[in-house]
Amino acid sequence: MANALIKADSFYELYERKSGIQDVTHYCPGCGHGVLHKLIAEAIDDFGIRERTILISPVGCSVFAYYYFRVGNIQAAHGRAPAVSTGIKRVHPESIVISYQGDGDLAAIGGNHIIQAANRGENITVFFVNNAIYGMTGGQMAPTTLAGQKTTTSPYGRNVNSEGYPLKVCELLSSLEAPVYIERVALTDPKNTTKVRRAVRKALQNQIDNKGFSLVEVLSVCPSNWKMTPVQSKQWLVDNMIPQFPLGVFRDKTAEIPNRETIRNTFDQSGVREKLEIPANEKQVQYSLQPKMDFANPKLVIAGFGGQGVLILGLGIAQAAMQAGYNVSWLPSYGPEMRGGTANCNVNISRERVGSPLVTKPTVLIAMNLPSLEKFDSKVEANGLIIYDTSLINKQPTRQDVHVLGIPATQMADELGNTRIANMVILGAFIAYTAVLNKEVVFDALPNFIKRKNLLPLNESAIIRGMEYVLNKVTN
Amino acid sequence: MAKQLIKGNEAIVKGAILAGCRFYFGYPITPASEIAEAAAFYLPVVGGTFIQAESESAAINMLYGAASGGVRAMTASSSPGMSLKQEGISYAAGSELPMVIVDVMRGGPGLGNIAPAQADYNQMVKGGGHGGYKMVVLAPNSAQEMCDLTMLAFDVADKYRNPAVILADGFVGQMMEPVEFPEPVMELPKKEWAIQADAQDEFRLVSSIDLEPEELEKHNVHLQQKYAAMEANHVMFEDYQTEDAELVVIGYGVVSRILHSVVDELRGKGVKIGLMRPISLWPFPKNHIIELAARIKRFFVVELSDGQMVDDVRLAVNGKIPVQFYGRYGGVVPSPDEIIAQIMKKNEA
Amino acid sequence: MAEPLKEARVVVREDECKGCGLCIAACPEEVLFEQKHLNRMGYHPAGYKGSGCSGCGYCFYQCPEPGAITVYKKGYVEEEAA
Repeated sequence: MANALIKADSFYELYERKSGIQDVTHYCPGCGHGVLHKLIAEAIDDFGIRERTILISPVGCSVFAYYYFRVGNIQAAHGRAPAVSTGIKRVHPESIVISYQGDGDLAAIGGNHIIQAANRGENITVFFVNNAIYGMTGGQMAPTTLAGQKTTTSPYGRNVNSEGYPLKVCELLSSLEAPVYIERVALTDPKNTTKVRRAVRKALQNQIDNKGFSLVEVLSVCPSNWKMTPVQSKQWLVDNMIPQFPLGVFRDKTAEIPNRETIRNTFDQSGVREKLEIPANEKQVQYSLQPKMDFANPKLVIAGFGGQGVLILGLGIAQAAMQAGYNVSWLPSYGPEMRGGTANCNVNISRERVGSPLVTKPTVLIAMNLPSLEKFDSKVEANGLIIYDTSLINKQPTRQDVHVLGIPATQMADELGNTRIANMVILGAFIAYTAVLNKEVVFDALPNFIKRKNLLPLNESAIIRGMEYVLNKVTN
Repeated sequence: MAKQLIKGNEAIVKGAILAGCRFYFGYPITPASEIAEAAAFYLPVVGGTFIQAESESAAINMLYGAASGGVRAMTASSSPGMSLKQEGISYAAGSELPMVIVDVMRGGPGLGNIAPAQADYNQMVKGGGHGGYKMVVLAPNSAQEMCDLTMLAFDVADKYRNPAVILADGFVGQMMEPVEFPEPVMELPKKEWAIQADAQDEFRLVSSIDLEPEELEKHNVHLQQKYAAMEANHVMFEDYQTEDAELVVIGYGVVSRILHSVVDELRGKGVKIGLMRPISLWPFPKNHIIELAARIKRFFVVELSDGQMVDDVRLAVNGKIPVQFYGRYGGVVPSPDEIIAQIMKKNEA
Repeated sequence: MAEPLKEARVVVREDECKGCGLCIAACPEEVLFEQKHLNRMGYHPAGYKGSGCSGCGYCFYQCPEPGAITVYKKGYVEEEAA
């Protein structure tokens, strides 16, 4: 200890953000916050971390902690300090982030945030001031209010049968794996205050050493709301709070966990396009395409069971059409019916700008099961096209004013060794029938929508089979 | 430039990273989850950070913390998630933190469904959180704009130290379209105000509290001046066939795409119809609507809601010409034919 | 060059004292007391009897006000504070 005990450098000399008298705090006489502030400021001084310390002020009496600490200050919403701490610490891993919270803030409205930040093992230091009451709002019941304790919202005393028991934060958090250090201390007599001082320093040192999450619960007095003198309130804390909130170390893995190195975030955009898998600029390949009259700017509905690959079929058509220079859109059904039931997608292929991505009057319907045929059959535009899988649909489309192409796609796929490429058989049939696309562009596009490269030859075979089926049928 | 066929939701993430965003905090929700998934996939590759937050509230507050640190950061969710984020959005507006927030709207109220909707207009455009604030709200209608407007949103957010919003719908999020990705932003704006873990931090504070009414009013006046500048500089809209139009349809997001088809079809039948698409929902293109109102006979507004943006159209028109409305709710998206029938019906009425 | 202090000394900044009495209760030497007069905030500030301080610092760590109490220990040299 230095040869003099003087106001820490980590306090502002004058509290210029405060209105009124600027050389004293806003805290009530005897309040524990001031003492804890002093112990924290002294540790920041002694560790030489003031310039990189960031304090998160909570909501509660310590909402104005930023008036006092000569560090980087962020004021957080009620209970959210652990989330705010997480954000700033991840941005500046070299900073020392202190989440300073009261009992209502941490254990009530922010209960989930502290549990989750502790469980992530955020490398932050949390000082949790528990005085068993809401101070700032005028003495209401806190999650840590003692059984039987009278507050303005438990005027007959906290009834454990309806209001539950005082929440034990250290006990709760010490059931988690990640936290490094959790201790409960009390701001009472000089002996206990020395323990608080030691705990504050340890919790900060852990962060400096990159060890992980540390939390110190500080039992503290609230003479104003307890309606006692400061001296009486200390005795009340000893007599009533400590028996319910036993002091001690609940977790200490400080020795086991190695001091880790701090890795600063650096910003670098070089090579970012490659990292984002944005395709490199290539010369546009010109494909010679002459779609049949009725299919100049086709709108497709592709429907079937989930698992038949209707979405990937639509995607393949859209991808190839884009590579062929068309404007395209692909819109999947993304509702719950996708999971296990039917699936469909809408594809627009157009030389013009694509208007509605939603296809309500398809030029082309690809139906891979009976419900899809029945659902969309009547919606197809006159002179449009219905392609359907005759291996699964034993019914003919009812429309007389459209082209109809039945193809045993699943059976053909099965002959090729995998029923799951029925969709590619259909793709072949579609391009052969409409000439919207040709084999060259589809094969060029294939690696862009078939992720497993070893399946490319099989998919190509299926496409060729589908094309041959149509060409043979038309010639015969 | 080479195009990539990509989902709107994924285009947002690539656009964000190209704009220099390196931090994403979010919670999964349909139909916005691909944004979190793409962020989780790509951010680590570019030296960024993705955190799946414990709640929407945690996500927006992690974003609050990250934005305080001066970096480009974002979150995304869908309608019910946005309700939960409103507290943090108000704080961010009050504390003047630049950030990008994406809402891929779905059907409501309540749990509703996951189909596309536009019923968050009031929530996001009018300031769903407490206290009175404004944000630039951009409404993309294509995958390309999901990228481009996200990049713009980061610029606007930084320029004004204010949250900026991408208000999309389930279809624009889920749809795949070709996107030409722009070149990356190589250098980010300096933020002297940000908490940077350096010696200057002792003068810096990120906060929205001020107990003195006169002081808080000053802060509000400052915010209002900022909003006035945003309003003056960031109105965006697109006209289609409005030059000789007698009837102008208005819609944003996926609706504008459907209305585009409506206009094409009715123009084919000789109807003098045009489309005005607000791209910025705030600031709202009200002056443009006033101009149009002076030379057309009626407006016809279509929304995937009970009619929220239509209020802003009516405020601008101020009773000068009829403003008709057609809305579908709960995730139902009207077809061009359905809208045409409504337009014709209201013409007879 | 100032001489090292021969005896520890406690200084109470009366203007910053809120009269909570915690320093007085904690002082093992009983050299702190509540003064009769009121300070600018209307509190009876703590005072030092003028001698007998052991420099233990108990009062410093009981006092909630960052600047209200300063304790100079025996051997303290003024330049150290700079």
